[in-house]
Amino acid sequence: MFNWILPFSYLLASILFILSIRGLASPKTAREGNLLGMAGMLIAIVTTLYSPLVSDIALTIGVIIVGGMIGTYSALHVKMTSLPQMIAAFNGLGGLSAVLISLAEIIAGSPAYLEASLGLIIGAVAFSGSMIAFAKLQGLISAKALVFPFQQFLNLVLTVAAVTLCIMFIRSGNHELFFWLAGIAILLGFLLILPIGGADMPVVISVLNSYSGWAAVGIGFSLNNVLLIIVGAIVGASGAILSYIMVKAMNRSLLSVMLGGFGAETHQASAAGTAGKIAKTGNPQDAAFIMENANKVIIVPGYGMAVAQAQHVLREMADDLRKLYDVKVMFAIHPVAGRMPGHMNVLLAEANVPYEDVYELEDINREFATADVAYVIGANDVTNPLAKTDPESPIYGMPVLDVGKAKTVFFVKRSLASGYSGVENPLFFADNTIMLYGDAKVVTEEIVGALEEK
Amino acid sequence: MDIWMLLTIFMLACFVGYFVVWGVTPALHSPLMSVSNAISGVVIVGALIIAGIETFDTPKYLGLAAVFLAAVNIFGGFAVSHRMLLMFRKKEKK
Repeated sequence: MFNWILPFSYLLASILFILSIRGLASPKTAREGNLLGMAGMLIAIVTTLYSPLVSDIALTIGVIIVGGMIGTYSALHVKMTSLPQMIAAFNGLGGLSAVLISLAEIIAGSPAYLEASLGLIIGAVAFSGSMIAFAKLQGLISAKALVFPFQQFLNLVLTVAAVTLCIMFIRSGNHELFFWLAGIAILLGFLLILPIGGADMPVVISVLNSYSGWAAVGIGFSLNNVLLIIVGAIVGASGAILSYIMVKAMNRSLLSVMLGGFGAETHQASAAGTAGKIAKTGNPQDAAFIMENANKVIIVPGYGMAVAQAQHVLREMADDLRKLYDVKVMFAIHPVAGRMPGHMNVLLAEANVPYEDVYELEDINREFATADVAYVIGANDVTNPLAKTDPESPIYGMPVLDVGKAKTVFFVKRSLASGYSGVENPLFFADNTIMLYGDAKVVTEEIVGALEEK
Repeated sequence: MDIWMLLTIFMLACFVGYFVVWGVTPALHSPLMSVSNAISGVVIVGALIIAGIETFDTPKYLGLAAVFLAAVNIFGGFAVSHRMLLMFRKKEKK
């Protein structure tokens, strides 16, 4: 009796999860979407707990409550600038959970060798890869690309070993082989992410996100559980699409990002054109004067803004320009600015910038030609015109923001150093460019001071 | 369930995911990651079944540990998404 309840609740939960992603189509419906997702999860958990499959509910509920409290507490107390590492950490826990489930299944005598192996391998790579991504984003280890000799050869050897072990395990069912497989997959996850540098993190996080979905699919097949298969497929697709968007926005292939080592050496070829040229330097007061007399100012934030925590003072600057001087202010965001997809949007939202003022690359690029000022704060590679003109350059073909078309371009930077790609930016030496050296937050604060002086 | 049935469901779900995710506005790509991260915690369903075994032995302990990790992932993911989404505001009328 009542054996329709569990499948029915899984169907309901699947629909709610799909609707929760659907809600993210617009900021207006996104919050309801998130609530639908929570409802779906609640239904799935409660009906599973009370199904005949599960005994000893009290202990399990206790474990959920403790875990839930830890998760909620850390989510509510993390700083918004630390979001990328927090998402990486949560993702890693999901991966580890998948690893433990497949281990438990095999030890308990499940015959689903192939399915459990897939869940195990993908979950293990998601786990250890996310841990490395977390450590890099948190600054526990260098965010630079860590390259050592024979790295890719070693990865190849480990991959072959994993596949071989997997086949041997499926044929023999020897549990010991399965444990070895877990160890090798975890090691592989570490080694795969180590050589990938900080600015490629938007791709890495998306890929790992996708893996945690595919791991759920593997577990779903091994347990014959339709809900896990459906949700896993959607999460997997989501991470895959995000990776695709990020990789496109850098005009690179997923393979080249995942092989790593990008930006580990500087590219001398492109420096030739700028040697001996001098960049013009200005001070914040000049910048304030030029901006208050402008009609249209476009602000281009990058990872440097996040590091300096300059988003709040940047919003003050935009407000002052609008209210005191009647200037039209827009924000332009490149898809790979920051350390995760949509990173800049979240930081600007945190600083109370209305989302209508924030534009994506393809919507804003034509606006630069009619803008009086482009204020580039902590961004570099995403504005580099060499991406259009120099086929030799490693960033050639990457879509960039046409900031150079504005009448005046301000670059807020610590130094003239090249960006992550190691390519020099000839815009620094352009006639209409003025460099504002210093910390992004300090410089912008001084501009705000000058704007409010009169 | 028949493996072909499961594969069919899997493929159809991939297509649904594909179309739904392309509809997400780029401004909300960070919340998309955290929401999808939270719902991938649905592996907790598998963990619950294994943790629900009656005999206290290795599989049960592993299952309970998996329940714990997935719970952190689920609650944390939804909470952080909620926090982010609260910040996305419309322009105030003058």
